[in-house]
Amino acid sequence: MFSSFMVNTWIVASIVAATAGLVGFFVVVRGSSFAAHALPLSTFPGAAAAAWLGINEIAGLVIFALLGVIGIDALSRRGRPEVATALTLVLLLGLGTLFLSQTAEYSQEVYGLLFGQILGIGARDIAPIAVVCALAAGAIVLLFRPLLLGSVSRELAQARGAAPGRLDLAFLIILAMASAVALPVVGALLVFSLMVGPASAARNLTDRPGLALGLSVMLSLIIGWAAIALSYVTNWPVGFFVGGFGAVAYALGRSGLRFGVVGSVRA
Amino acid sequence: MIGGGFFGNGPVQVALLIGGGAAVVSAVVGVFTVMRGQSFAGHALADISSAGGSASLLLGIPALAGFLAMAALGAGGMEMIGARQIRERDLVTGIVLGAGLGLTALFLYLDISTTSASGAANTVMFGSMFAIAPGTVPFALGVGALALAVSVVLYRPLLLIAIDPDLAAIRGVNARLLGLLHLLVLAVAVALSAMTIGAILSTALLIGPAAAALRVATRPVWAIVLAVTIGLVATWGGIALAYDSFYWTPGHGWPVSFFVVVIVVASYAAAGPVGGALARRRATALPAPVSGFEPGG
Repeated sequence: MFSSFMVNTWIVASIVAATAGLVGFFVVVRGSSFAAHALPLSTFPGAAAAAWLGINEIAGLVIFALLGVIGIDALSRRGRPEVATALTLVLLLGLGTLFLSQTAEYSQEVYGLLFGQILGIGARDIAPIAVVCALAAGAIVLLFRPLLLGSVSRELAQARGAAPGRLDLAFLIILAMASAVALPVVGALLVFSLMVGPASAARNLTDRPGLALGLSVMLSLIIGWAAIALSYVTNWPVGFFVGGFGAVAYALGRSGLRFGVVGSVRA
Repeated sequence: MIGGGFFGNGPVQVALLIGGGAAVVSAVVGVFTVMRGQSFAGHALADISSAGGSASLLLGIPALAGFLAMAALGAGGMEMIGARQIRERDLVTGIVLGAGLGLTALFLYLDISTTSASGAANTVMFGSMFAIAPGTVPFALGVGALALAVSVVLYRPLLLIAIDPDLAAIRGVNARLLGLLHLLVLAVAVALSAMTIGAILSTALLIGPAAAALRVATRPVWAIVLAVTIGLVATWGGIALAYDSFYWTPGHGWPVSFFVVVIVVASYAAAGPVGGALARRRATALPAPVSGFEPGG
């Protein structure tokens, strides 16, 4: 499990899971679950396009993640945000099916991209993934106060001089970056579970934002590591474990809240 | 452009029939879904249904039965965990969605490793319009008709609850029961579309035509009629184009799902200016608009 060819996977998974826990906290407090689900999914055709055009996979993913942000942002200006999200998602996925139909040899990899694979990471992928994750984490730290304030009350944030529209866009970009790099390991469909499960459990366990953020990162790391270890042992897909553990974390957080087990932690 | 034998081709006939049925049911249910702000729930149910689609390959039962069963289970799960606030509702939807997709991952893995169905991921997630078993037609159309009938019966209370939940509560509408019934009808719609254009793309038929229609129409009935029209044009147009595309790039036909999505998104884009022009015309024709119905803004 810790043999040389798995080292890259452990490094990347740790970076990606920590970032997912960080970004996921704001996905949960801001209520942007749909965007967090749609962005990784609309990023997925980027890998197919990259294979088709022969460019770097991470680059393809990042480009499509940004296309997803542009689509959601542009369509939200004129209609309902959730309709905008849904339509951007299907448009980019529709493009994905087209790419896939034209490159027959690529269709074997669809499954890995959708549901995750632990052996898909090469040593040369680590540096770009680490850079993108560092940028996303840095942006979260910089925008910590306005993001938190904006999620509690848009009016209050506006009164303090933050532009909600611009903040929304900034957050979408951070979300897109974090999803793009998590995709090759966890899979397009379950990046979102790694973001939402730990963060929602953390939020149910404590009301203090700093503590919740730390808990969210910790849970996300634990889930990520456990999923990879189990996937290695059983050969079952990483995504199955991530999705399942995410739901368990949420259920535990909610029952903890209900029975007041963690009352002392709540400030 | 349509080569000879289009309508005489067996798989095409099945695709036209089931695709048409899926488009009609999705468009009708979609109007209520968009009005109630449940696009995410609709998309999530479709994704969750993929676990059923992939399990059906493993169990050797009809794909539609699998899609249906899992979508209905997902609907029940969301309703059971239930949440009042929209934010919490989205979160619950997301958690159920994640767990469902985890199952899909597992079933597809088992499909690929035990039944050597290497294309299973593609079929379930991106649809198999031209590979539907002809025997499924009566079952699919029957379930679709049932879902439509329920929508017609629930038309008034659903509309009321979509426009004004408080008024609906005063009138004694049982929001919880209605919500569950709506989710179940939604489950039928997404299962039908999942079988045709794929689980993760069925959102195109559910949300696209309805959202486009609601930008243009000011009355719910017209929104439904328009959504059904757009849905049918997209599906049948998509089938015809995909059939034709076998001659464009030899060896690689273009997928139906791609054309359906493009037509749907194009009609949504076109609906904006058309709706705006109509609104201006109404504003000049009538001194004061009296309609209490606000389409999605």
